[in-house]
Amino acid sequence: MQQNNLDEIETYHGEEAVTESSVTTPTHAIDLGSIVKSGVEANIADENVCIEVSNFNLFYGEKQALKDISMKIPEKKVTAFIGPSGCGKSTLLRCFNRMNDLIDSVTIEGNIKLEGQNIYDKNVNVADLRRRVGMVFQKPNPFPKSIYENVAYGLRIQGIKDRRTIDTVVEKSLRGAALWDEVKDRLDDLAMGLSGGQQQRLVIARAIAIEPEVILLDEPASALDPISTLKIEELIYELKDKFTIVIVTHNMQQAARVSDYTAYMYLGEMIEFNDTSTLFTNPNEKMTEDYITGRYG
Amino acid sequence: MNKHIKHWFDTGMPFVWLNAGAVSVSVIMVVGLIALIAVRGLGHFWPSNIAVFDYYAEPNTSAERLMGEIVDEETVSRSRAGNPGYQGETIKRNLIKSGNRDISGLDFSWILDAGIKNISYPDDAVVVERREWGNFYGFLTGLEKDGQKISNNDRLWETFQEEIERNNKVFKEIRHVEKDLIGAINYKMERLRLKERSLELEGEKTPENLQIINQQREELQREYDSYTTQLEKLYSKFNSSSFNAITADGKKITVSLSKVVRAYQPNAMGTLDKTLFYCEKFWEFLTDDPREANTEGGIFPAIFGTVLMVIIMAVMVTPFGVIAAVYLREYATQGPFTRLVRIAVNNLAGVPSVVYGVFGLGFFVYFLGGSIDQLFFPESLPAPTFGTPGLLWASLTLAILTVPVVIVATEEGLSRVPRAIREGSLALGATKAETMWRTVLPMTASAMITGLILAVARAAGEVAPLMLVGVVKLAPSLALDGNAPFLHLDRKFMHLGFHIYDVGFQSPNVEAARPLVYATALLLVVLIIILNLTAIRIRNSLREKYRAAEQS
Repeated sequence: MQQNNLDEIETYHGEEAVTESSVTTPTHAIDLGSIVKSGVEANIADENVCIEVSNFNLFYGEKQALKDISMKIPEKKVTAFIGPSGCGKSTLLRCFNRMNDLIDSVTIEGNIKLEGQNIYDKNVNVADLRRRVGMVFQKPNPFPKSIYENVAYGLRIQGIKDRRTIDTVVEKSLRGAALWDEVKDRLDDLAMGLSGGQQQRLVIARAIAIEPEVILLDEPASALDPISTLKIEELIYELKDKFTIVIVTHNMQQAARVSDYTAYMYLGEMIEFNDTSTLFTNPNEKMTEDYITGRYG
Repeated sequence: MNKHIKHWFDTGMPFVWLNAGAVSVSVIMVVGLIALIAVRGLGHFWPSNIAVFDYYAEPNTSAERLMGEIVDEETVSRSRAGNPGYQGETIKRNLIKSGNRDISGLDFSWILDAGIKNISYPDDAVVVERREWGNFYGFLTGLEKDGQKISNNDRLWETFQEEIERNNKVFKEIRHVEKDLIGAINYKMERLRLKERSLELEGEKTPENLQIINQQREELQREYDSYTTQLEKLYSKFNSSSFNAITADGKKITVSLSKVVRAYQPNAMGTLDKTLFYCEKFWEFLTDDPREANTEGGIFPAIFGTVLMVIIMAVMVTPFGVIAAVYLREYATQGPFTRLVRIAVNNLAGVPSVVYGVFGLGFFVYFLGGSIDQLFFPESLPAPTFGTPGLLWASLTLAILTVPVVIVATEEGLSRVPRAIREGSLALGATKAETMWRTVLPMTASAMITGLILAVARAAGEVAPLMLVGVVKLAPSLALDGNAPFLHLDRKFMHLGFHIYDVGFQSPNVEAARPLVYATALLLVVLIIILNLTAIRIRNSLREKYRAAEQS
């Protein structure tokens, strides 16, 4: 069983590698000047810290997947994790809402603090934590329910029954996810009938409906076509006013386009973490430079 | 040549042919099976013409007159035909249903084809279906009422039919009074007796309590008396008339109309009449109680018993199997122990069903039922209430028999729910239980119903275990009736599968019963198909809803 879980994680990353090549062409250097947005010059030290990771190690059975990671993720900014397949960026992301708890063989060391509170503390209610830290997965995973019920799911879990409250939240969330105009006339249709991009925005709407503090995006656009990808990216840009966003991506242009801060990971280690423009234009580490200029792999 | 064959093999065609062949054989077998039992069974209700023969058993003897339906024919060797005086290596003979068991002692006889002279089909040949002694074949000669002849020759048949109809109405009334009204009184009387006994056991048999009981008993007794006088009147009306008839060979008989179910003249009936008659007979088969040791009449109690038992079984097996599967797949730590449990469950499905019957008898009936009797029904001891085979125990035994099927199907369904869906729910702050309840289990519903379909199909066809835990040849009353608490789980019941066995093997009149065996078998198959189709329909509508999600 342990081996199985490990395999699943591995194939998960394997898929990324395939989808990635269709979106990006990392073999040539990126014209960074045109991609990196101007105006994000702030240093991490000036930001309010939302998530603080300190000396964090994670093992799948015997294999160490995250090695002594320490970082501070700023509040209400977009932070991107980039790195080659299997570097542990998804694993790290899934630690922020303890999704890795589902895998039996995982053991951890160190701690992660959300708003100063250690989320791996024994007293922490995992369901409450996940309510505060929402997540969107690589592949759209709407429930086999109506569009309306998908968005209302989190509210119903919280025991909210008032139809009018739910109606309001559903509309607000769908508007927030830029999906309202496309689906407002067919809220009772099955969510499976939507296109891939719409499904992914629905999943985002579902996540923001419960008003989390943090939204984790695990390669949200890797299974989508370029136009849907663009919409998701625009959406991320809008969402950062309200939420702290952490996004894992394989696509360096995407990281450059949407994020304020970027972390480069390699083989379970955090190689470099800096504001996006610095990381892409003037990386401190040789390894980072190799990767972003396409000399890696 | 070799090259050609090799090429043919390389194209993969032999495999395609093999597969297609296997499928065709299966289809032919299924269709053939159903067609055979349908033809054999459904033909039974058709009113065939009645032939009158002059028959010479040996070439030189004098003729005897016979009358009946030709049911079957076969060609046998001389010695098997009893070395008759007719020529030929093989002898052709006919099976005649001649009825009149009260006169000749046999309903069926083989007659040699060569000995038949002068077949005729007289229009006035009459078949009378009776409540005793089987069919009567002959000619109607007169009617009597209270010893007075009431027949006039022009309207004899019409009067006969009217009398039969009138008498059948009386019969229905008698049945209503006996079964429903007096049955209810008997039931209440029994309850009173048990109440008195339980008061005695609890040491509260005070004169006051006793007086109340006796008062109620007297009331019931008065009611009962009034019904018996009513019954007496009905019976004297019922037995008042009779008919006179003559058989083909000239014997005269007089039979009370109270013994007559219906009479008809098949030779005088047109196709339309016969079709109507057929429908009437078939309806009777579906809705009436059996007569004459189950060889005549209907099989309604067996249909009812089968359906009720399957429903109770389904109600018990589904939750149990689903809960077990959910625990095994979702909550139990996967390891050697769960693997062992799975192996055990799968092997349970392979245990011969009669073993379950023995288990049911030993555990449910004697142990559980016996304990329940001692705890809750001490007043009726030593007569058992639940400590005897009955509907509840039969359903439970079949539930145990079919629970592996439900577990396996549900587990499969659970494993088909994508990980992404579960994670999606958990990521929204749902606990594992909420995720199970709101997302995973609804998506598994179609798999659960698949399990239920398989369970129902298996349970409805089982006979062997039921013979030990509750099925009987003839149940005096249905398990569902008008007496509180309406559903009597302790009662014995009839079952189609057992009915087939009973009619086919335990019947005093095998020839007469054979078509009924086919008809009952057909009905059993149709019943299972109906139960399955209902479940399949529910499953398909569910599956439609979740298909897209499972593929993602």
